[in-house]
Amino acid sequence: MSAFRPCGLAATGVLGLWSAAVHADFQLNMTPGVTAVSHRIYELHMLIFWICVAIGIVVFGVMFWSVYHHRKSRGAVAAQFHESTTIEIAWTIVPVLILVGMAIPATKTLVQMEDTSNADLTIKVTGYQWKWRYDYLGEDIGFYSSLKTDARQIHGETDKGEHYLLEVDRPLVVPVGRKVRILTTASDVIHAWWVPALGWKRDAIPGFVNESWAKIDQPGTYRGQCAELCGKDHGFMPIVVVAMNQPDYDKWLADTKAAAASERNSADRVWGKAELMAKGAEVYRSCAACHQASGEGIAGMFPPLIHGKPFSGPEALLEPLRTRGFLSADGKITVGPLDKHAEIVLKGIPGTPMAGYAGQLSDVEVAAVLTYIRNSWGNDFGDAVQPSMIKTLR
Amino acid sequence: MTATTAGHDAVHDGHDHGHEHAPPRGLWRWLSTTNHKDIGTMYLVLSLTMFFIGGAMALVIRAELFRPGLQLVEPMFFNQMTTMHALVMIFGAVMPAFVGLANWLIPMMVGAPDMALPRMNNWSFWIMPFAFALLLSTLFMDGGGPAGGWTLYPPLSLQTGAAFPFVILSIHMMGVSSVMGAINIIATILNLRAPGMTLMRMPLFVWTWLITAYLLIAVMPVLAGAVTMLLTDKYFGTSFFNAAGGGDPVMFQHIFWFFGHPEVYIMILPAFGIVSQIIPTFARKPLFGYASMVYATASIAFLSFIVWGHHMFTVGMPLAGELFFMYATMLIAVPTGVKVFNWISTMWRGSMTFETPMLFAIAFVVLFTIGGFSGLMLAIAPADFQYQDTYFVVAHFHYVLVPGAVFSIMAAAYYWLPKWTGHMYDEKLGRLHFWCSAIGVNILFFPQHFLGLAGMPRRIPDYALQFAEFNMISSIGAFIFGFSQLIFLWVVIKCVRGGEPAPAKPWEGAHGLEWTVPSPAPHHTFQTPPQITEAEAHS
Repeated sequence: MSAFRPCGLAATGVLGLWSAAVHADFQLNMTPGVTAVSHRIYELHMLIFWICVAIGIVVFGVMFWSVYHHRKSRGAVAAQFHESTTIEIAWTIVPVLILVGMAIPATKTLVQMEDTSNADLTIKVTGYQWKWRYDYLGEDIGFYSSLKTDARQIHGETDKGEHYLLEVDRPLVVPVGRKVRILTTASDVIHAWWVPALGWKRDAIPGFVNESWAKIDQPGTYRGQCAELCGKDHGFMPIVVVAMNQPDYDKWLADTKAAAASERNSADRVWGKAELMAKGAEVYRSCAACHQASGEGIAGMFPPLIHGKPFSGPEALLEPLRTRGFLSADGKITVGPLDKHAEIVLKGIPGTPMAGYAGQLSDVEVAAVLTYIRNSWGNDFGDAVQPSMIKTLR
Repeated sequence: MTATTAGHDAVHDGHDHGHEHAPPRGLWRWLSTTNHKDIGTMYLVLSLTMFFIGGAMALVIRAELFRPGLQLVEPMFFNQMTTMHALVMIFGAVMPAFVGLANWLIPMMVGAPDMALPRMNNWSFWIMPFAFALLLSTLFMDGGGPAGGWTLYPPLSLQTGAAFPFVILSIHMMGVSSVMGAINIIATILNLRAPGMTLMRMPLFVWTWLITAYLLIAVMPVLAGAVTMLLTDKYFGTSFFNAAGGGDPVMFQHIFWFFGHPEVYIMILPAFGIVSQIIPTFARKPLFGYASMVYATASIAFLSFIVWGHHMFTVGMPLAGELFFMYATMLIAVPTGVKVFNWISTMWRGSMTFETPMLFAIAFVVLFTIGGFSGLMLAIAPADFQYQDTYFVVAHFHYVLVPGAVFSIMAAAYYWLPKWTGHMYDEKLGRLHFWCSAIGVNILFFPQHFLGLAGMPRRIPDYALQFAEFNMISSIGAFIFGFSQLIFLWVVIKCVRGGEPAPAKPWEGAHGLEWTVPSPAPHHTFQTPPQITEAEAHS
């Protein structure tokens, strides 16, 4: 069957054209990664791969030899042999032996991976729709990490940057050469935390905590993504891990702790409208996943936040909006009373995709985002919402 | 629906023999028929229709992924497309195609006059168009169709809008249809074999379907249970899969994959049967190891019940669980290898010709084996922590399902079209269809291995720039493969409408009872059972 050849030729041709014309890296294979475990996984992957290639060459070689020589057009006359118990037993036992040879190194690696004991530090990773939260256990610091790529890049309005979709506002920072235990969980749906350079991924499951570990060899920035379908923006919740030498890490830890303390103190003072609007715009980025940067929402699913915009959808979504004073009888969005508005942001609307953010946003952030929503896109409700007021509403 | 009309006319043209009581004419004939050949035709037409609908969805996906950035569809619609593409292809294209082939062929292969339960047969078919009308209609509902993946994992699937109960109901309908079809097939094979057709003389297609039917009966109710629990979690306040209420979202995955893994074999065992019919025919040589093929099929079916955990290596199973599922999964390579070795030994020192069915069968052996190799790699639990939920997995299961299951269905269609229509298909067009499909499918799916290994997760509408080139190649392959299937549609229509008359046995090396009846097969066959001797048994 020489006609199988055009297939290979065509593929090679296409590949050749592309590599000539495009700057890209054409990564073909798994990364060996930067941990002892990821190296072992890479070696295991290559071992199994080459065994498969060898078997493939033998099996397909025999088949294509037969296809070429035992064809009627070459005058081949069919033999009539069939059934041989000896041969059947042989080609059952030989694969079993090969499989045992594969299973031994695989088992060793697996046992090594599952040993999360004697960790130097523990970080809890929580998946949210659609961002990650990192909590350094025992250090009293924690923060959210979400996509930094500009929406204009995604929609093709500007050029895409080097780390398009793989860049975040606040990366996870870890020290090199220390055993970091990573606990994964989630707050809403199942996510999976995956950085290929670390050699594994782990599901983040609401209500359950999974354990894994990594001991990174070399300082650097390692990028990954959520690997379990988690809804609309599953493709837009990247992971960035920055591994630092111990002194750099210690400095980062001290700075981060100081910043967290001053953030906590800022809730007690009176904020001006301009600074609330600026901070609100920043916080609103995570609301924009559903309600859109334009505040217009998505028809039938996520209501607009703009006063007077019509909205229709399943009654289960409309009814809670109406009772809270955010939807008029003729199906138009209204920006309702401030206390109800704060309640929606803090507690969410049960039974709808709107989650409560009391646990995720500080008083300052809630006050800022409410100020932003009530004074943007033509909304003009004048109020500068104070953090102290949010504190009393919690 | 034009294809239905074409098929309808052709069957009429096909059996104006005058010596049989003619079926009623018009729509009523198709609504009321209890004839296994009519029902088989309807299943095949439904399957082809769904194949094009599911294929169009795949092209939406590949068009969006042609370049980085969001160009054509919103992420939510993209997720609906991936979810619906899977549901339509699995339940609408592949499974009904095999049931259609079973309907047409099993009674003729075992020398039975019809299926054992003909009225139930009619019902199991007619549920299907309604189930799919319901499923597809959810795309137009408030909040769109299901977008949480065909695996329906909670809690994500519970965020589905108004579509949710309709999706669940349509899955129930498909399940009822499948179970009834399976019961019918088992009843036919066990009760209606002609005298002398012992179990170990049955053609392999019949054997593989017998085992598949048992798998269906065992696991479809499990799926029904799982989706019903989703329904009560969403609407009746239960917490089966909600940790806050004492449930466990991972339990759904265990139940789902207890169905899902046998389901994979439901879609491949009949394919093994088809290829085991076709290769001996065109090698003009008996199947090398008939008995070991039967035992291998049964072993695969047994193993399929104890490997579901390999879909869930990353959920955080205990070490012992991971080791068990890894070893059990690796074992599947043994009976699967036996099958491949047997096909190749059958070809060895044969006298081969390469008509379209044989081309598809050989491509099946090669490309399915490649899918098997990547399956073996995925079985290695530590490496699976890297592969899981990437395009490597997408490449793997598409290799076993497209050039695997779908190619076997194409092979079967070309092989038996002369028997069904009484005409030879256009061999030139058939080969053109084969070569376009074989080349297209590899351009489409092979680069996806590289994408997965390089770190691209599956089910994302947009991707980082280093994945751009292979995605573009893959999308080009998708359009080549997709549009090539129009050639198949044309070949089938052309063959139904006319062509060189086919003799009773159009293939020199073919064996089996279906080739002893005229082409096209009369409306009723084997009303007097034939007598089977050892010499006339399977090839």
